Amino acid sequence: MRMRTVEISVGAFVLAGILALVFLVVRVSGINFEDSSTYSISARFDDVAGLKRRAKVSLAGVVIGRVSHIQVDTEYGEAVVHMEIERRAGPLSTDTGAQILTEGIIGSRYVSLLPGADEEVLDDGDEILDTQGALVLENLIGDLVTNLGS
Amino acid sequence: MPDLLLRLGHRALNRMASLGRASMLWVASVFWLPKPADLYLVVRQIHNVGVLSLIIVMLSAFSIGAVLALQFYTQLARFGAQDAVGVGLAVVLLRELGPVITALLFAGRAGSAITAEIGLMKSTEQLTSMEMMGVDPLRRVVAPRLWAGFISLPLLTAIFNVVAIYGGVVVGIEWLGIERGAFWSGMTDVVEIWEDIGKGMLKSVFFAVVVTWIAVYQGYDTYPSAEGIGLATTRTVVYSSVMILALDFLLTLSMYGDF
Amino acid sequence: MPEQADNVRTGAAVSGDENLVEIRDLCYAIGELVIFDELSLTVPRGRITAIMGPSGCGKTTLLRMIGGSLKPDRGRILLDGRDVSRLPRAELFSIRRRMGVLFQSAALFTDLNVFENVAFPMRVHTSLPEDTIRDLVLMKLNAVGLRGARELMPAELSGGMGRRVALARAIALDPDLIMYDEPFAGQDPIAMGVLLSLIRNLNAALGTTSLIVSHDIHETASIADRIYVLSAGGVIGAGAADVLKDHPEPEVRQFINGTPDGPVPFHYPAPDFEQDLLEEPGEGKRQGR
Repeated sequence: MRMRTVEISVGAFVLAGILALVFLVVRVSGINFEDSSTYSISARFDDVAGLKRRAKVSLAGVVIGRVSHIQVDTEYGEAVVHMEIERRAGPLSTDTGAQILTEGIIGSRYVSLLPGADEEVLDDGDEILDTQGALVLENLIGDLVTNLGS
Repeated sequence: MPDLLLRLGHRALNRMASLGRASMLWVASVFWLPKPADLYLVVRQIHNVGVLSLIIVMLSAFSIGAVLALQFYTQLARFGAQDAVGVGLAVVLLRELGPVITALLFAGRAGSAITAEIGLMKSTEQLTSMEMMGVDPLRRVVAPRLWAGFISLPLLTAIFNVVAIYGGVVVGIEWLGIERGAFWSGMTDVVEIWEDIGKGMLKSVFFAVVVTWIAVYQGYDTYPSAEGIGLATTRTVVYSSVMILALDFLLTLSMYGDF
Repeated sequence: MPEQADNVRTGAAVSGDENLVEIRDLCYAIGELVIFDELSLTVPRGRITAIMGPSGCGKTTLLRMIGGSLKPDRGRILLDGRDVSRLPRAELFSIRRRMGVLFQSAALFTDLNVFENVAFPMRVHTSLPEDTIRDLVLMKLNAVGLRGARELMPAELSGGMGRRVALARAIALDPDLIMYDEPFAGQDPIAMGVLLSLIRNLNAALGTTSLIVSHDIHETASIADRIYVLSAGGVIGAGAADVLKDHPEPEVRQFINGTPDGPVPFHYPAPDFEQDLLEEPGEGKRQGR
């Protein structure tokens, strides 16, 4: 009889532990069981100014992907940013633009995509050609000073 | 001076020998998977180390969750960012405080109990008598406790995290009036299954191995007397706590360490 | 695994030696302290043999060596002609099933009740059905007079009862050899009488060999067929109790008759008493460090 209460309490404990884990996964991390497959595209920027791996990629303010890795191309002096884009966000046309923006004033950098109008769509491995690098404050001030001087 | 060196060397050798004994204990017992017929031994130990630790774990979790929510709120409210309380709470708990504090509580509650119990069995000759009956005490006494520890601590950690988040919800939403939707969606936006939950649980598995191992070894290596058991129990708690904190630093460094 | 146990049993039947246990030239030391020095003795089959000696002469150590949980530095311990200290672990465990040990502290498993304690060796070593185990356990408990106490936990038993339960557990698998470690220490006269008659009757009824380690001279002498007196790592006297009383060796006589001073001195080694008293108090302290 004593052993039986032990068994029941252990069963309840294990169940509670597993339920807790399920709760964490479902409620706290907000897992969604929709299609989560992605495809990879890349873009070249003249300056990424501290864009980091895993930074957001957004379209019209909605997050549709993440930066997977960033390379530097020393030949052209450019940064190559690779991004994983969620398929469920829908297709992106080939003339989609990309720019690097900052979240708030002191926030982190992210990639913002600008919708294009082309019929053709980007697929895995394609590259975005229309890009604009980050606005670097020092450069802006430098420009301003030269303009004022002239 | 040579005397001092001699003693130092002697101590170093003793430490080495005890590490060797601990490793042997580990190898001899952990590679023994419980047979179905002996499963009740493990079940009984899960009751002793897991179920009986539940109350202290849940009470601590609730108050820690509540305190964290309070502190995050007072700081974040200055920037008008009180919606981020949920995020901060979840990340801090899942990655660090959940596994670490549960392991510390587990060392104090279950680890010390394991050491005292095995130490008592040793000093009352129960282990020797088992051995003389042709039953290996490593399999009968040590292995079930090791397995029960491995199973219980990760489960306790998951329960700790849930209760602590609930504590945060009670303080943050019910009392301080953070908007419920913002609280939860902020959390779900940032928290990731592997990065936060998975790695946190992996930490607790490491802690489970370390704490149960120390507890079992200290019990098994007790000097068989009342004083010896007391010393061994203290050592279990001290060694486990130090090891948990040191190991946590190393794990955090290797898991999240692309700084 | 049971097959192996059977082999051991048949092996025992074939070698029909007169002695169940033979110890030859046993040497053992813990660090500097010599426990056994060329110790030799035999335990004849079917008899009650006692090993006696002053406290700390290594009697319990000897039992552990026979059980194979300690290894001697030199010498051989033969059980049925097989050297216990050189057996591989698996065979050692199977040979231990043929030994019952009654520990000084009873060593009952504190988390099991009386019934389960006695059933323990049967459950781990046999695959008998539950009702057979029940019958056997009740038989063993009845033999020690504690059938009615089967539901009690070890903490609820008196010292004497605990030792009787431990005895029932030691005989659970009908062992060939039962070893008693200080069975009479700390028992009241009634419990002592009960234990004495139990040991004698069990030995006669089961035909087992008994080895008693004790320093309770009168109780042991009343049941033992043969007594070995140990001192300084070796046997200093052997024989039946009444023979030992008039043994030529004075140390044996001192032990058997229980005289306080003799070859084994009353005083721990110390400087001359008169000189010690005259010494300045401070000096003694400094020496103490």
